[in-house]
Amino acid sequence: MEEQIIGRVKRVNGPVIEAEGITNGMMMELVRVSEARLIGEIIKLSGACAIIQVYEDTTGVAPGNIIYGSGMPLSVELGPGLIGTIYDGIQRPLERLAEISGTTIQRGIQAPPLSRDHQWDFIPALKTGDFVTPGTILGRVQESERIEHRVLCPPDVLGEIISIVDSGAYTVDETIATIKTSSGNHNLTMMHRWPIRKPRPVTDRIPLRIPLITGQRVIDTLFPLAKGGTVAIPGGFGTGKTMTQHAIAKWCDADIIVYIGCGERGNEMTDVLNEFPKLIDPRTGSSLMERTLLIANTSNMPVSAREASIYTGATLAEYYRDQGYHVAVMADSTSRWAEALRELSGRMEEMPAEEGFPAYLPTRIAEFYERAGYMQNLNGTEGSVSLIGAVSPPGGDFSEPVTQHTKRFVRCFWGLDRQLANARHYPAISWLDSYSEYLDEVSPWWSTRAGDSWARNRKRIMELLQREVKLQQVVKLVGPDALPDSQRFIIEVCSLFKNAFLQQNAFDKNDCYSTIEKQLRMMDIILLYADMGETAIRRGVTLVNLRRIKVLQDIVKMKLTVANDDIAQLDRLEARLIRSIEKL
Amino acid sequence: MTNPNTLNLLDKELLEGREYIGVHEIDGPIIIIKNTHPVGYRELVECIDTNGHTRLGMVLDTSSTAVAVQVFEGTSGLTLPGTHMRFRGKPLTVSVTEAMLGRVFNGLGQPIDGGPPPAALVSRDVNGLPVNPTAREYPRDFIQTGISVIDAMNTLIRGQKLPIFSGNGLPHNQLAAQIARQATLRGENTEFAVVFAAMGIKHDIARYFIDSFESSGVLDKVALFLSLADAPSIERIITPRTALTLAEHLAYECGKHVLVIMTDISNYCESLREISTIRGEIPSRKGYPGYLYSDLAELYERSGMIKGCPGSITQLPILTMPNDDISHPIPDLTGYITEGQIVFDRDMNSRSIYPPVAGLPSLSRLMKDGIGEGMTRVDHPHLASQLFASYSYVKDVRNLASVIGEEELTALDKQYMEFGEEFERRFVNQRSDENRDIEESLTIAWECLSLLPAEELTRLTEDELDEYYGR
Ligand SMILES: Nc1ncnc2c1ncn2[C@@H]1O[C@H](COP(=O)(O)OP(=O)(O)OP(=O)(O)O)[C@@H](O)[C@H]1O
Ligand SMILES: [Mg+2]
Repeated sequence: MEEQIIGRVKRVNGPVIEAEGITNGMMMELVRVSEARLIGEIIKLSGACAIIQVYEDTTGVAPGNIIYGSGMPLSVELGPGLIGTIYDGIQRPLERLAEISGTTIQRGIQAPPLSRDHQWDFIPALKTGDFVTPGTILGRVQESERIEHRVLCPPDVLGEIISIVDSGAYTVDETIATIKTSSGNHNLTMMHRWPIRKPRPVTDRIPLRIPLITGQRVIDTLFPLAKGGTVAIPGGFGTGKTMTQHAIAKWCDADIIVYIGCGERGNEMTDVLNEFPKLIDPRTGSSLMERTLLIANTSNMPVSAREASIYTGATLAEYYRDQGYHVAVMADSTSRWAEALRELSGRMEEMPAEEGFPAYLPTRIAEFYERAGYMQNLNGTEGSVSLIGAVSPPGGDFSEPVTQHTKRFVRCFWGLDRQLANARHYPAISWLDSYSEYLDEVSPWWSTRAGDSWARNRKRIMELLQREVKLQQVVKLVGPDALPDSQRFIIEVCSLFKNAFLQQNAFDKNDCYSTIEKQLRMMDIILLYADMGETAIRRGVTLVNLRRIKVLQDIVKMKLTVANDDIAQLDRLEARLIRSIEKL
Repeated sequence: MTNPNTLNLLDKELLEGREYIGVHEIDGPIIIIKNTHPVGYRELVECIDTNGHTRLGMVLDTSSTAVAVQVFEGTSGLTLPGTHMRFRGKPLTVSVTEAMLGRVFNGLGQPIDGGPPPAALVSRDVNGLPVNPTAREYPRDFIQTGISVIDAMNTLIRGQKLPIFSGNGLPHNQLAAQIARQATLRGENTEFAVVFAAMGIKHDIARYFIDSFESSGVLDKVALFLSLADAPSIERIITPRTALTLAEHLAYECGKHVLVIMTDISNYCESLREISTIRGEIPSRKGYPGYLYSDLAELYERSGMIKGCPGSITQLPILTMPNDDISHPIPDLTGYITEGQIVFDRDMNSRSIYPPVAGLPSLSRLMKDGIGEGMTRVDHPHLASQLFASYSYVKDVRNLASVIGEEELTALDKQYMEFGEEFERRFVNQRSDENRDIEESLTIAWECLSLLPAEELTRLTEDELDEYYGR
């Protein structure tokens, strides 16, 4: 990894630099530009010229400045110490940068992504003479209270262990094992590098079958996501993309969360940094930060590093997947990433396709979502990467290119609705526009927990919601009085379902997430009201009387008043409901 | 062999003084000059016209053959052979000091009030540097503006960026001035310093603000940066940056709480589009450049609070939505960056409701951490949510009423109609010199909601209803 001069700057146009006199340049090579040593990457080579995308502000860079090659592609460091850290789009540790350069990010500063001083307690899993292949688990390190880091043999090393250290404390750059390979001896440390644009290899893809439980009722019950699946959350500004992703990052049942703030607000990252360490994961009792990795390339940070941040995040996620974990990646917002592509492409004077986006936009989107999956890893373990991408369509119009192309490559779609958000119906996930193609895949999982009630109830309520739409159209023309009570009751049930079930307040201590047991019971109660109410009306009970039963008030508020660990209360509520309707 | 680095440095010093006579091309605010020494990207340029007057500019594109420079004071009167150029080897900086409060400047920070340039100790790059997210302090202090619809439903927080989405002829200036006059922190006696950046607005509007600051006796706490409608449009690009550079100095180096009013962002964006078009860049929506989002973010993200600094920057950008269209790229991209928005509604304005804040599309994203027990009042969060929900139903009922007639409405829907009226007339509507404290605003809100049956108020808890409903 000797640094050498590979050329000089010819032209500077924002983050895009044309270079000349290139000798020895390599596509995707990591380079440093000028004496400020700004980080860049070669993205095009032609004769002695190259185009370099620079990941920092290029103010002051002038023609003639030197370009230094590193001989290696833009890569991330993988090893213990990633969890709980916040990085920028090219994996510079932001907390370290703040120690070096204060409150603002100065140009050209560098710090290793993984601390070189921290000593980790390494416990070997193998002994001298064992054979290692790519991905083999060499040993273990307790990385955080809840995450056991499995130190992996890099994907390009294969051979026999000729020495391995004993249990003890080591830094990430100390040799822990020496491997005899066909190309000579290879020293391994607890960390290795991997190029961000190259998916890490796996043995096989496994069909998806387990839902990613998010604790968000509208998602788990109506539009479930599978572990290893992909989903897009499109929505205009302020409709709740970030809040939904935060809620999932907090409460979903993945082992590891990679949260990518890609071209969004600085304060939102600060919010996560403040809040996550204080929140306790209900499943493990440890702080949520113990499973979270953050990548922050906010809107005011350099646009090319924004482009890279998505890949950096995906690579970190794959690395934990390779250790046998279920990882959920939130990318907020993939539209900002697409716009970064557009801006860079524009500066390179490429031919634009739709709305100025480069013609390769769909390919890039597809490549990104392809990095999701439930995998059989090289070392025999199983793990998954689920990708949850926010999309910010201009004007909230879903027909724009990024939303449209994303839709082609994801199998689940949570469309946020402006009307719902305006009425403060949160999460504003539209039950009419959204869909999940994972229903069939995850149904068996639900059956083993709850018989067929999940699938049956879901189907029932979706039918009611569809009928309500038609009825509402009638109401809009002639008023509700024109409808018979039996039909008005459907509207009534749907409105109860929206208020009591679909709406979920992310700031309430009981409501911020619901266990699947609570979700199932809540749904039972609402559908019980639907069934019993329908018979009551047939019996001649009026809608006015039906609406007046006192227990309805408690049903609307059950999400707030019934704690997740106290769902027996719901049985009492159900009993009261039965009594009240029978009395009518 | 000589070290190329030292050679470079020596060169730089020599070249800095070099003046080029004559330029190759002038197109709008952009000058192309050829055969220069290697010039740095975004370097500061002095451009001297035939009268010996210096105009400032910045390098937009640099290569070994040609350099493109944008001239902030415009290019009118320049000639190809008669223009001299000097490259300064450093980015554009402004000198900033607390003594700039009480003064008036142009967009580049040069005094235009007849006074001498303030003696400044520090000079700062106008573009600023991105704040490290780990260095930010999450804003959570409630600012009482005395305006019910803001305080109760779209709470302003110290360090927030909350734009006003307005339209031509709507009273956004009154509202901004009223906020600047009335903003206080409860239980604290800190005053806000105001930094005012005017971009392409008319003289009488600038005058309106100055008079308003003067009559409330705060003019000596206000620094004005004026790039009015008759100034070269390119100057608008630099005006907010100059203003924000001072704001950052005041907030983070002098520990002040700063309120930045920027008006009109739409004019700023138009200048950006102009330059982009001249440079032949590929446009995205409506001819605006693809980097409009990043460019606006560079401005808006220069707000907030920093750990360990007592000061703060609260931004109140004003923008007029072309054709009142909220999906136009300017309000749209702004909404994607700022922490909420106050949206004006022409219909409410024509019904003489002031401030004509549209209930539903307005939003404050930071209010969640700044209201409630210990900050405003315990019932505030649920109350706000209930107001939005009930008012949103009012809109549905009004639509229905316009189809089937008001008489045909159900009894409940009629109650909603009544609530809607009361909400707009008593709660939203207030005088432009009326300063309501938060308790008063919340009380009026409860009085309006008490027109509805208690069962309808599903977002409030039993305790809250017991305490406040129907009192
Ligand atoms: N589940 C929820 N519970 C309570 N409030 C919510 C919820 N979802 C969204 N909100 C409210 O909506 C506001 C906007 O949400 P959010 O910041 O997630 O929008 P966004 O879609 O990410 O917008 P942008 O594209 O501008 O980033 C929040 O500040 C919050 O007040
Ligand atoms: Mg967001």
